[in-house]
Amino acid sequence: MTLDLEPRLTRNWGDPGVIGLDGYVAAGGYVGLRTALGMADADIVEVVKASGLRGRGGAGFPTGMKWGFVPRDTGRPTYVVVNFDESEPGTCNNRELVEREPHRLLEGTVISALAIGCETAFVYIRGEYLWQSLVLQRAIAEAYAAGYLGADVCGSGTRVDVVLHRGAGAYICGEETALLNSLEGLRGQPRLRPPFPAVEGLFASPTVINNVETLMNVPDIVTNGAEWFRAVGTEKSPGTKMVTVSGKVERPGNYEIALGTPFRTVLDELAGGMLEGRALKAWTPGGSSTPMLTAAHIDTGLDYESLAAAGSMLGTAAIMVMDESDCVVDCAQRMVEFYAHESCGKCTPCREGSWWATRVLERLEGGHGRGEDIPLMHDMGTNILFRAFCALADGTASVINSSLAHFADEYEEHVRLGRCPLRDAPAEVRV
Amino acid sequence: MAIFLGATLEDARAIIGRYPVEHQRSAIMPLLYLAQSVEGMIGQGALREIGVLLDITTAEVEAVASFYTMYRMRPTGEHVVAVCTNLACKLRGAQAVADAAREAAGIGHGEEISADGVFTVHEEECLGVCDFAPVVQVNVCNHDNVTPDRVRELIARLRAGDVPAPARGPAFASFRAASRALAGLEEVASS
Repeated sequence: MTLDLEPRLTRNWGDPGVIGLDGYVAAGGYVGLRTALGMADADIVEVVKASGLRGRGGAGFPTGMKWGFVPRDTGRPTYVVVNFDESEPGTCNNRELVEREPHRLLEGTVISALAIGCETAFVYIRGEYLWQSLVLQRAIAEAYAAGYLGADVCGSGTRVDVVLHRGAGAYICGEETALLNSLEGLRGQPRLRPPFPAVEGLFASPTVINNVETLMNVPDIVTNGAEWFRAVGTEKSPGTKMVTVSGKVERPGNYEIALGTPFRTVLDELAGGMLEGRALKAWTPGGSSTPMLTAAHIDTGLDYESLAAAGSMLGTAAIMVMDESDCVVDCAQRMVEFYAHESCGKCTPCREGSWWATRVLERLEGGHGRGEDIPLMHDMGTNILFRAFCALADGTASVINSSLAHFADEYEEHVRLGRCPLRDAPAEVRV
Repeated sequence: MAIFLGATLEDARAIIGRYPVEHQRSAIMPLLYLAQSVEGMIGQGALREIGVLLDITTAEVEAVASFYTMYRMRPTGEHVVAVCTNLACKLRGAQAVADAAREAAGIGHGEEISADGVFTVHEEECLGVCDFAPVVQVNVCNHDNVTPDRVRELIARLRAGDVPAPARGPAFASFRAASRALAGLEEVASS
């Protein structure tokens, strides 16, 4: 597969004017919304279903199907919640999409609101994205002034309001039920499902929660139709995907690819190859919570199915690249420290397991590894995976299990040498 | 009430008004940011007053405030310097940046705040700027591709009262000013 791709989500990135309403409208913005206003709610849901659009936040659930689950006869309001908590390590494409073209997010949000009969949509943006929240706040004000939001969207008599809500530094709030608790003014801890948010979500009302990139695909799907959307990508993973490439590459950045594009093509042609010509050692395909892969997987296609077949996941398509000078145990330690820090504390395997795993990894990397540490890591990885309430703990387990699976020799060398083999001198004593 | 008085009370009422009438507890997060913008941190008084405003207990407010890392419940410097050391930044040399930041700000081992109260420096989890790693936030504004020398320069300029322009967007003169923007109270110029 080549990179011969007509850009979709990034097609206006060369035009700094599209940050504002006038520039966005001049570039064809809000045509999708006007089209949607002429359609029945059910037809909007149908075209999104037919497009095969899958949630871009990590899980890959079909978006139209999610919208179709929302009951309309409960006597309660329905809500759209935009998940802009983008916190998966290595992921920053939502940030750049909104920095450059905030109105595309608002347009997709209003269309999704029309599809489920919602009058109030909430955008939950992570607190650290302060500048991006100001960009969105300005775009929301412009959209109200021009009648794309408010009591009478484009003169249709339909009301859609958008409320911006800032988070305050908690990775777990990207988990949709934790996000809902946070938005309700509670600690951001995940909820038991069922009931699923589509039936009982925000304020115990039917709720659709969508990722930023997912919603930004919607205006063009409504304007151009499902077949147009499916012309790019694979049959089961249609459309384009934003990928973030970071770490040891020449040109870190956000790039738009057709789903299914091999990692090799992304690395060499978009990211400019390995930094200073170094050798690829390991990479995460979808953020630190997706099992890491190796140089042997360089020809894997970046789509939901190919990465699952390779033993990993597309996740948020956040590719962090490690080279031959990077110690896998050291990198695993840093990634597990993140999950230990971000564990919400609800479930024991996650709260205690992630903390104990950091202790063992620190011991190994610090030159004090013991013979029993590697079987102990296997034991922890196996007993954390799928044993907690939400997927945060699975991220911890994925780091442990995939690094052990692909780099067992490197772990064993740490124990055998009594130090990190990639550091020149024995490490200083750490307890 | 010692914090939510006068103009601050009006700001609090506007924040509460963003949410559906029967769900005003949702205002707790922006109200915490508003209190932080007044006092530079979240103290017991703020927790109590927010409880009164929302008709919930102080303990319920504290449960929320203590959950999220962007609410500072300990004495905090005028400027907060956060160095991302998560993997994407670590791979590009972030640990040396974090060490240089602590040293330049005069922050002792195991401490977060400088003796003169000007700086809080801490290592941060992924800030979502992996394309410009290593990244540093000064009062929640991004500085891209930061080296140890660059972070020393940022801290020297802050110490001299000169807030450096971030990579994108406006600079905030202090952590308090950034907290006010986080409460959604910053006026935004039209594009």
